[in-house]
Amino acid sequence: MNSSELPKELSPDELITIYKNMLLIREFEQRITKDAGKIKSPLVHTYIGEEAIAVGACAAINEDDYITSTHRGHGHFIAKGGDVNSLMAEIYGKVDGICKGRGGSMHVADFSKYMLGANGIVGAGPPLALGVALASKMRNEGKVVLTFFGDGAANQGMLHESMNLAAIWKLPVIFMLENNLYGWSSPSANTSAVKDLSLRAQGYGMKGITIDGNDIIAVYKTVKEAVEFARKGGGPTLIECKTYRWAGQTTMDADKYRSNEEKEEWKHKCPIEAFKTRLIRDELIDQVLIQEIKEKTVALINESVKISKKSPKPDPDTALDNVYKNPIEYGGN
Amino acid sequence: MEVIKLSGETKKMSGAAAIRLAIEEEMERDDSVFILGEDIGTYGGPFFVTKGLLEKFGAERVRETPISENAILGCAVGAAIAGMRPIAEIMFADFLTVCMEMIVNQAAKARYMYGAQISVPLTIRTPFGTGILGAAQHSQSFESWFMHVPGLKVVMPSNPADFKGLLKTSIQDDDPVIFFENKQCYFRSGEVPVDKNFTIPIGQARRFTEGDDITIVATGAMVQESINAATNLKEENIHCEVIDPRTLVPMDKKSILNSVEKTGKLLIVDEGCKTCSVSSEIAAMVAEEGFQYLKKNIIRLNTPDVPIPYSQSLEKNIVPNAKSIKDNVKKLI
Repeated sequence: MNSSELPKELSPDELITIYKNMLLIREFEQRITKDAGKIKSPLVHTYIGEEAIAVGACAAINEDDYITSTHRGHGHFIAKGGDVNSLMAEIYGKVDGICKGRGGSMHVADFSKYMLGANGIVGAGPPLALGVALASKMRNEGKVVLTFFGDGAANQGMLHESMNLAAIWKLPVIFMLENNLYGWSSPSANTSAVKDLSLRAQGYGMKGITIDGNDIIAVYKTVKEAVEFARKGGGPTLIECKTYRWAGQTTMDADKYRSNEEKEEWKHKCPIEAFKTRLIRDELIDQVLIQEIKEKTVALINESVKISKKSPKPDPDTALDNVYKNPIEYGGN
Repeated sequence: MEVIKLSGETKKMSGAAAIRLAIEEEMERDDSVFILGEDIGTYGGPFFVTKGLLEKFGAERVRETPISENAILGCAVGAAIAGMRPIAEIMFADFLTVCMEMIVNQAAKARYMYGAQISVPLTIRTPFGTGILGAAQHSQSFESWFMHVPGLKVVMPSNPADFKGLLKTSIQDDDPVIFFENKQCYFRSGEVPVDKNFTIPIGQARRFTEGDDITIVATGAMVQESINAATNLKEENIHCEVIDPRTLVPMDKKSILNSVEKTGKLLIVDEGCKTCSVSSEIAAMVAEEGFQYLKKNIIRLNTPDVPIPYSQSLEKNIVPNAKSIKDNVKKLI
C-alpha cells in the first residue's frame, strides 16, 4: 500500500469498520469456496483479493447513494451494508435469501440499501446506472451512483454508450472499473490494446484515472473526489482500479491458465494485510483487537451458514409468482 | 366481449395525434413521466408523434439522446427502478435488435430475479410494419419475439382511440410494457375521447364487426384490412367477426375462444412473418383450448418468411390485404 495519509475525516472507529468489512468479505468468500460442493452452482464468483475497491468506494459515499454491481457481486453487497445472512441464504437458494431464492449469487440485490443488484450480463450495470443517476438529477436529490464493472465489461459496446451519455448529460455516475487482469481466462492484455483502460475516458470528455485498487486509501480518496465533483454537477469520472482475482473465475474453476508465480506475487499485495499493517503502524489496532475481529467475523459467517441451511427451500408452487407487479393470468386471460 | 362504444365527447384525430395526446396528458398528470429517444424534440420524431412536446415540457422531460439504443433503454430501465415512469422511444422497431439486452435481460427480469423488491414501470414505444418503402431494416414486425419474454407486457393497438386509451394505461402500469405502433395506423384518423381519464384495460380484445360465419383475428394494420374485407363479404352474405386482441401479452383468450365457439372457423391475419408469429400463438392456443369448436382447419395469413423488399410491387405482393383476406375467408366458408 502507498504511504498516503489516512483520510482525516475518518475516525479511528470508521477506519476499523473499513478493516472489518474487508475481512467480512474475505471470510464470506472463503466459506463460499469451501462450501462450493454443497452450494452446487457452478456460477458463483468470488471477490477475494479485490476487497479494497468495494469497501473503499462504498466508504466514500452516503448510505442513500446507489451502487450497481456485477456477476462478482458479494463484495459490493456486503460493502454497501447488505445483510450477510440474507446474502448467504440467497446463494444457498433458500426462501430467506434476499431475493427469496429467485436470483442466486449472480443477482443478489438489496434495494433497501440502495444496492441495485449483481448482474449476470457483463457490462449491463452501467446503462442502468445512467437511469438511476438521471432520476436523482431530475428530482434534485443530489445522490450519486457508483457502477462497478470489470476489464471484461470495458470492451462491451453498451459501456461506451453509457460513458458517452453520462458525459453529455453530466450525470452523477462514477464508473468503477475493477481491472483484475482477467476476463475469465482471457488476460486483459489480449482484449485491449491500451494498458490503462482509464485512457478511454478521454474519448468521452470525462476525467479518467488509474489507481492501485489494492490500496484502500487511494480508492477511498479518489472516489471521494469524484463523488464531490459529481454532486456539484460536474458529471462522471472513470476510475480504473488495478487489482487481481485471487481465485478462478468461479468456485468451480480449476484455474490452470494463470501461473502460480503470478498468483503468489499478487497475494503479497493483499489489500487487507496492507491496511492492517498500516493501522498497526498508526496504533489504531493491536493484535488483541485483530484476533477479536477475526473471531467475530468467523462467528458471523458460521451463523449465516447455519441460518441458510435451516431456511426452507422456496415452495415449488410459488415459482410463477411475481413475474408482474400487476399480475396477468399465466399465459393470458 | 363487448363491441366497444365510445362515450362522452370525442374529437377526430390521427393515430399519431392520439399517441401525442396520451403522452401529453400523462406528463401533465404525473411529474415522474418523461420521454427519451432520438430526434424526439424539435424535429418531433420521424413520424412527428412527439412534435410540440419539447416546447411544452422542456428538455429535462423531453430528452433527446445520441444514437445509443442500449443507453436509451438502460437509462429508462434504471430510471424506472428508481421510481420514475419513463417512456423510451425506439425510432424504428427494427432498432430493438440493438437493445435487446436491456429489454430482455434487464427490464423483463429485474422484478422476478430480485425477489420482487422492485418493479419496472417502463413504456417502450416503437413504430413497426411495412408501407413506407422502408425495405428490410425499417419495416419489420417483431412483436412475437417479445411475447416469448416473461415479464413484458406487449400492447399493439390499431386505431386512434385505442392508441390513446392503451398508451395511458401502459404508462400507468407498474410493469414494463412494449407498445407497438403500426406506421399505417399513425396516418389514419378516428374519433378519440377527449376525457383525460379515458383508459382501456390491458388484456381486453375489441370486436369490430359481429358475424356468425367466421372469426377473423387481426392485429395492427391488418385490422382495417380485415374490416374492409368483412364489409365486402357482407354483400355476399358472409358475416365475419373481426377481433383485434389489442394486447398480445396478456392475450384475451376468452374473447377469441367465445367467438370461435360461435363461428367454428378461424382466420388469423398478421403482418409479421409466419414462423413463430402472433398468429402461430393464437392458432396453437385455439387448437389446444378450443379444438372442439373448430369445423375447419385454422388459417394463418401472414407475410411469408422473407425480408421485406424495397420495391412496392414486391412488398404489396407479400403483405396480407383485404383481397387476400377475402380469398382466405372463402377457403373456409
